[in-house]
Amino acid sequence: MPQVTLTVNGKQHTVEVEGRTLLVELLREKLGLTGTHVGCDTSQCGACVVHMNGEAIKSCTILALQTDGAQVMTIEGLAAPDGTLHPMQEMFREHHALQCGFCTPGMVMTAVDMVKAHPDGLTEKQIRDGLEGNLCRCTGYHNIVKAIAAAWPLMHGKSMPVAAE
Amino acid sequence: MAFDGIGASVRRREDARFLRGRGNYVDDINRPGQVYAVIKRADRPHAKINGIDTAAAAKAPGVLAIFTGADLAAEAIGGLPCGWQIHNKDGSPMAEPPHPVLAVGKVRHVGDPVAVVIAETKQQAKDAAELLSIDYQDLPAVATMQDALKPGAPLVHDDANGNLCYDWHIGDKSVVDDVFAKAAKVVKLELTNNRLVPNAMEPRAAVGECDPSSGDFTLYTTSQNPHVIRLLMGAFVLHIPENKLRVVAPDVGGGFGSKIYHYAEEAIVTWAAGKLRRPIKWTAERNESFITDAHGRDHVSTAEMALDAAGNFQALRVSTLANMGAYLSTFAPCIPTYLYATLLAGVYKTPLVYCEVKAVFTNTVPVDAYRGAGRPEATFLLERLVDVIAHDTGKDRIAIRRQNFIPPDAFPYQTPVALQYDSGNYQATLDAALKAADFAGFESRRAAAKARGKLRGIGVSTYIEACGIAPSAVVGSLGARAGLYECANIRVHPTGSVTVYTGAHSHGQGHETTLAQLVVDQLGVPYDQVEIVHGDTDKVPFGMGTYGSRSLAVGGTAMVKAMDKIIAKGKKIAAHLMEASVNDIEFKDNKFTVAGTDKTKSLTEISLAAYVPHNYPIEELEPGLEETAFYDPKNFTFPAGCHVCEVEVDMETGMPEVVSFVAVDDVGRVINPMIVEGQVQGGVAQGVGQALLENAVYDADGQLLSGSFMDYTMPRAWDVPNIQVATEVTLCTHNPLGVKGCGEVGAIGSPPAVINAIIDALRDYRVRHLDMPATGPKLWAIMQSARPAMAAE
Repeated sequence: MPQVTLTVNGKQHTVEVEGRTLLVELLREKLGLTGTHVGCDTSQCGACVVHMNGEAIKSCTILALQTDGAQVMTIEGLAAPDGTLHPMQEMFREHHALQCGFCTPGMVMTAVDMVKAHPDGLTEKQIRDGLEGNLCRCTGYHNIVKAIAAAWPLMHGKSMPVAAE
Repeated sequence: MAFDGIGASVRRREDARFLRGRGNYVDDINRPGQVYAVIKRADRPHAKINGIDTAAAAKAPGVLAIFTGADLAAEAIGGLPCGWQIHNKDGSPMAEPPHPVLAVGKVRHVGDPVAVVIAETKQQAKDAAELLSIDYQDLPAVATMQDALKPGAPLVHDDANGNLCYDWHIGDKSVVDDVFAKAAKVVKLELTNNRLVPNAMEPRAAVGECDPSSGDFTLYTTSQNPHVIRLLMGAFVLHIPENKLRVVAPDVGGGFGSKIYHYAEEAIVTWAAGKLRRPIKWTAERNESFITDAHGRDHVSTAEMALDAAGNFQALRVSTLANMGAYLSTFAPCIPTYLYATLLAGVYKTPLVYCEVKAVFTNTVPVDAYRGAGRPEATFLLERLVDVIAHDTGKDRIAIRRQNFIPPDAFPYQTPVALQYDSGNYQATLDAALKAADFAGFESRRAAAKARGKLRGIGVSTYIEACGIAPSAVVGSLGARAGLYECANIRVHPTGSVTVYTGAHSHGQGHETTLAQLVVDQLGVPYDQVEIVHGDTDKVPFGMGTYGSRSLAVGGTAMVKAMDKIIAKGKKIAAHLMEASVNDIEFKDNKFTVAGTDKTKSLTEISLAAYVPHNYPIEELEPGLEETAFYDPKNFTFPAGCHVCEVEVDMETGMPEVVSFVAVDDVGRVINPMIVEGQVQGGVAQGVGQALLENAVYDADGQLLSGSFMDYTMPRAWDVPNIQVATEVTLCTHNPLGVKGCGEVGAIGSPPAVINAIIDALRDYRVRHLDMPATGPKLWAIMQSARPAMAAE
């Protein structure tokens, strides 16, 4: 069986996989990292979003073998080693941006990437458009949008530029 | 210390694990020696099964077993039971055809389970399932209710009454017909409530296990009500006594009703685990969820209101067809009857209502409760009809509502459809919503939007619903086969911390936080010393679960009663310790005090005394400090409110956009305002989804066309605006907390507010009514077809 070597949350793994094994299956079943979820089979829902080489990707839409040599971060790797929550996680809790929690790992990983990718400001419209690939059935998105906007200044170390609000 | 009792927006305790990816959902559970089940399902809507050839599949790598309906029948495995029996107009019971766990003889809808393949890995099971060869003999199918009711239509079940499950009614037809005959004005509306797929983000899953030494079964399942599953599956399907069957519903990723029912896969993995003596896991793929999870809504109705010359509602007459799908799901028959027709008075003084409902079998996925369960259907009908009445009579749609409202001094108010509302103030919620939405300033917004090429409209819905389900004897007399009380077992530990075992279940509602707030409030125990346990039949004595917005009204009240008992026992212990009369002991803020003195003992001291009963009234009182209460509610609860929606329709493309939404809901006392807002916002998003985006569509041959997220439009962040939520409070009069429940109001009030807004936006096109979903192409077509008429004017 083919093998893939990848680094997940800072730890290197070499795993035997089938050609058809998806990254999300590798994470959940081979590495026991069940924080990344599977919510659909058409790449719409975003519950599977992780970071690969610093960018958000849908781990259901990439084969495990395609991640050879990659640096992957899952939700389990987002908080600090001492357990301190990432500002995005803090803001999700503060603003009640999760209910059942199933979409949350993918939502948080997408949000972190989105905020990083907008260093000059992030409007509400940009946030809502940027969440196109993440479905939530519980919250109605209102608080998710609030949480992401609240995390922006914490992640960029400055207030949101007025023009961008 | 921050305030964390009743009324505080306490941040959620459960977030700690969800945000770190440490939730424990059923598909996260892996049991030693686990194997995997894949279900082979019908790919056609109606066919005889002439044979199932398992030979090739059985030889595939890793395959351990293959079972079909015949194997289950040979072991006398029962069918999936229905929990509510409706009677026909003539008093005869509804048709209740068998609902086998795996199809026997026939498949009746695309998705009907036919066989299960169990293998060492999931991929092996999937590969082997493709090698099953099923010899089908296709039969003509009925995909719509109208087709199913035609004389000579193909029969979904041979032993049902020609596809008619029941023909039920409520009200006095002849009295109502008489009023119509004499009415000054009659307004009639035909409308559809579109079929929806609940689509919680977590697909259903189940892990069944049988302990080889004890023979005890454990089922982990994505359920809203584990005790109900244990009862139904144990008693009616697998014949396992409760003491040998544990059901665990751990973290569950959303339900909205779709995870109430006892599904075939739960029975399959449990039974097969006993056969194979290995744990068996089944997880749905999303396309499976579309064809197996119970769908929602799917009504076709004719509604008529008789009015007097002044515009007062005199009588409402409704005739509804309700789709049951191919089999009766667990609560299906009660949704379009007792949870629908009994809400047809709405917030109005209408003195007479007659409603008849025909429930119809079709070759489609079974239909059952989905967020609101009957009340969204009633509300959409009423709130569209009232706007149409305004349209037809030239009256103002707000004024006609006010004129017909039940006034605030009329409570308790007995409706003509069985329900008695305890409290409410519909004028207040309407006033608050119109103010918050700046209804008065709308016309200038409409004009400004026109200049931008947008048709802007505003819509209002004033709704009421019945939840806090339910008084057992009442629903029993109406055909329910279960009680609907709730249970709380509360343990004060020797050192003063508290564990609550509740029969309610949280699948997003935040009970671990909000129910703890009740204990903080009543027992004065610090928040971090209260733990809420739910979802495990080995830990929680009993429960009916969470749906119908009942966890606080029924589950919370059970907790209050258990805490009342704890306080009562604590007072006796305190009286003994402080050598006072029990009548002189007061309890407040965690302390037992002798009235008029400063002699006091904390709950912790009392509890320690109860568990170390050396100085203790041992002759009169048992040691320990633990109480259980079962609470059966005296009535439903009746949240009500007003939703105001503004939409803009693009003049060129017809694409609608919700630009503003205000919800003012009276949910009784608010325990955690943040949680209530979240519940309403989530419900409103689902209502917007129903109104503008979602539709479960079957073709004429019974194939589900909208069978994945590619084809079924789920609301995304860009589809929903900021949702402004406020609450007005009229306390529930029949539970000690005064709570009414808030889980479903968002999905109940919003669809008619959205459609009323769309119709207002299109007022130049003289649209009288529009069924859901009001999609861009639909609106564009309306605007196109009306243009020649308008140009000619």
